[in-house]
Amino acid sequence: MSRLGLLALQLLVAIVALALWQLFATVPMFGKVLLPPFFFSNPVDVFGQVLAWFASGVIWKHLAITLWESILAFVIGSVAGVMVGFWFARQPTVAAVFDPYVKMLNALPRVVLAPIFTLWLGLGVASKVALGVTLVFFIVFFNVYQGVKEVSRTVLDNGRMLGMSERQLMGHVYWPSALSWMFSSLHTSVGFAVVGAVVGEYLGSAAGLGYLIQQAEGVFDVAGVFAGMFVLSAFVILIDMGVTLVERRLLVWRPTAAVGRD
Amino acid sequence: MTTPMAVALEDATVAFRMADARVYTAVEQASLTVADGEFVAIVGPTGCGKSTLLNVAAGLLKPAAGHVRIFDKPLNGLNKDAGYLFQADALFPWKTAIDNVAIGLEIAGAPRALALERARGWLASVGLAAFANRYPHMLSGGQRKRVGLAQVLIRDPKILLMDEPFGPLDAQTRQIMGNLLLELWSADRKAVLFVTHDLEEAIALADRVVIMSAGPGARIIGDWRVPLPRPRDIFEARLDKEFHALHREIWSVLKSEVMKGYAQASQAQASQAAEVG
Repeated sequence: MSRLGLLALQLLVAIVALALWQLFATVPMFGKVLLPPFFFSNPVDVFGQVLAWFASGVIWKHLAITLWESILAFVIGSVAGVMVGFWFARQPTVAAVFDPYVKMLNALPRVVLAPIFTLWLGLGVASKVALGVTLVFFIVFFNVYQGVKEVSRTVLDNGRMLGMSERQLMGHVYWPSALSWMFSSLHTSVGFAVVGAVVGEYLGSAAGLGYLIQQAEGVFDVAGVFAGMFVLSAFVILIDMGVTLVERRLLVWRPTAAVGRD
Repeated sequence: MTTPMAVALEDATVAFRMADARVYTAVEQASLTVADGEFVAIVGPTGCGKSTLLNVAAGLLKPAAGHVRIFDKPLNGLNKDAGYLFQADALFPWKTAIDNVAIGLEIAGAPRALALERARGWLASVGLAAFANRYPHMLSGGQRKRVGLAQVLIRDPKILLMDEPFGPLDAQTRQIMGNLLLELWSADRKAVLFVTHDLEEAIALADRVVIMSAGPGARIIGDWRVPLPRPRDIFEARLDKEFHALHREIWSVLKSEVMKGYAQASQAQASQAAEVG
C-alpha cells in the first residue's frame, strides 16, 4: 500500500471514531443519549479544552515541568544503570551477592514507592524524578549488564591479540557493546521516564500533566481528563520520534538501524 | 646453531575440564616447528584440535604439558609477535572498515592521523580502498576477511596465525583470497601457521603440510614438504602433476583419520540422542 493511502486510512479511523463519539454523546437515540455527557464528554468539548489551554498558555508550564522531570529521571537513571551494570558485569562476585536484592527491588511495583518518595522529597520535582529513576535504572542496568556479558568471545580475543590492554578493551570493546544494548532499549527507558513523572504528578503534586489530569478528575471535569490524556499522548509520541532520530544516528553500524527500511 | 624457529611446540598436550569434571584431552604431545619465513599448513579432520593448537601458539591457551617457544624464548601470556586471523567474524562491528584496520596502530600509541593514513594504504592493498567508511555488516563475507587481513598485517607481526580464515567463503572467493594472501606474504615472508580442513588449499598455499589425527588426544601424524615452486598461483598450482602426486600421498594417510573423525562425531550424536530420548 502506498504511504498516502495508508495515511488516509489511518486518518479515516480517527475521524470515524471521533464522529461516532460525538454522535452518541450529543444526539439522543431512542429517547436518551447513549453516552451521557457527565461520564463521556464529547470530542468538541475536549478539543475546545485543549485549544483553551494552548491559547491561554497555561499548558506550557505543565508540559515543561513534565518534560524536565522525564529528562532528569532518564539521565540519572541511565548514568546509574550504566555504572552499576558495568560494575556488576566485571565483578561476578558482587553481582552474585546483590542478585537476590536486585531481583526483589525490580519485582516491586514502583507505584507503591510514590508515597515514600513524596514523604522524603516533598511534593516538588524531586519525588517524581526519584520514581522515574527507579523505573529507568533497572532497564538500563539489565541491558548494560547483558551487553558487557555477551561481548563475542572472538571479538575479545581479537582485541587482545591486537595488543589491547584491559583498559583499552574496556574502551574499544566492552563500552561500545554495552552502549549498543542500552540504546536498543532507549524507547522503553525514555517511555518509563515519562511514566514515572506523570504517575508521580498524579499521586501528589502542584504542576505537570499528571497534575492537570488529576485536577480535572477531582472536579468531575471529564472533558479536562480527556484533554489531558490527549496532550500527554501527543507529548509521548513527539518524544518517541525524537528517540528514533537519535537511535538512527547512534546505531548506524547496526544491520537493522542502518538501512532505512520501513 | 641454526636460526631460531619462529614457533616451536614441544610435546604440547592440551586438556579441558568439562562440565561434568571429566578431563578431555584435545591434543596429545604435539611437536611442531615453523621456521622464520616458512608457511606451514595444518590439516586434520573436523574437531581434531587444529584450532586448539593455534590458540596455544597464540598464547590464548596454556598447554597442560610441554613447551611453547617463540623465536627461542618460552611463551609467557599472549604471543606479542603474532597476528591472529580468526575463523569467525572478529571485526569490531561498531567501527568502520578503516577504523577497524587503524585500531592496531592506535592502541600502540600511533597518532590517529598517521594510523588512518597507513590503514588507508592497507585497505588499498587488500582491494577495499572504496569501502573505507563501511561498517562490517555492509561488507560481504570475503570483504570482511580482507579487512581482517589488513587489520592483522598493519601491525607487521613476525608470525601470522590463521584459523580456517577462508572457511565460510565460497570456492571462488577462497581461491582469490588465497592468491591475495600469497601475494601479501611474499612481500616480506612472515612465518605462517595456517589451519584448514581443506587439503587442496593447504598444498596450494604452504611450504609444508602437517597432518593431525582425529581427536580426542589428537597427534601429529605426518609432515610433508611441498615441492611446488614460488611464486605460486593457486589456480595453476592445482593443475601441477606434483600437486596431484602429493595430494594422493597425503590423502591416503588423512582419509582413515577423516573416517574416524566422522565415526566419532556420529557416535557422539547417537549417544546424545539416546540420552535425550
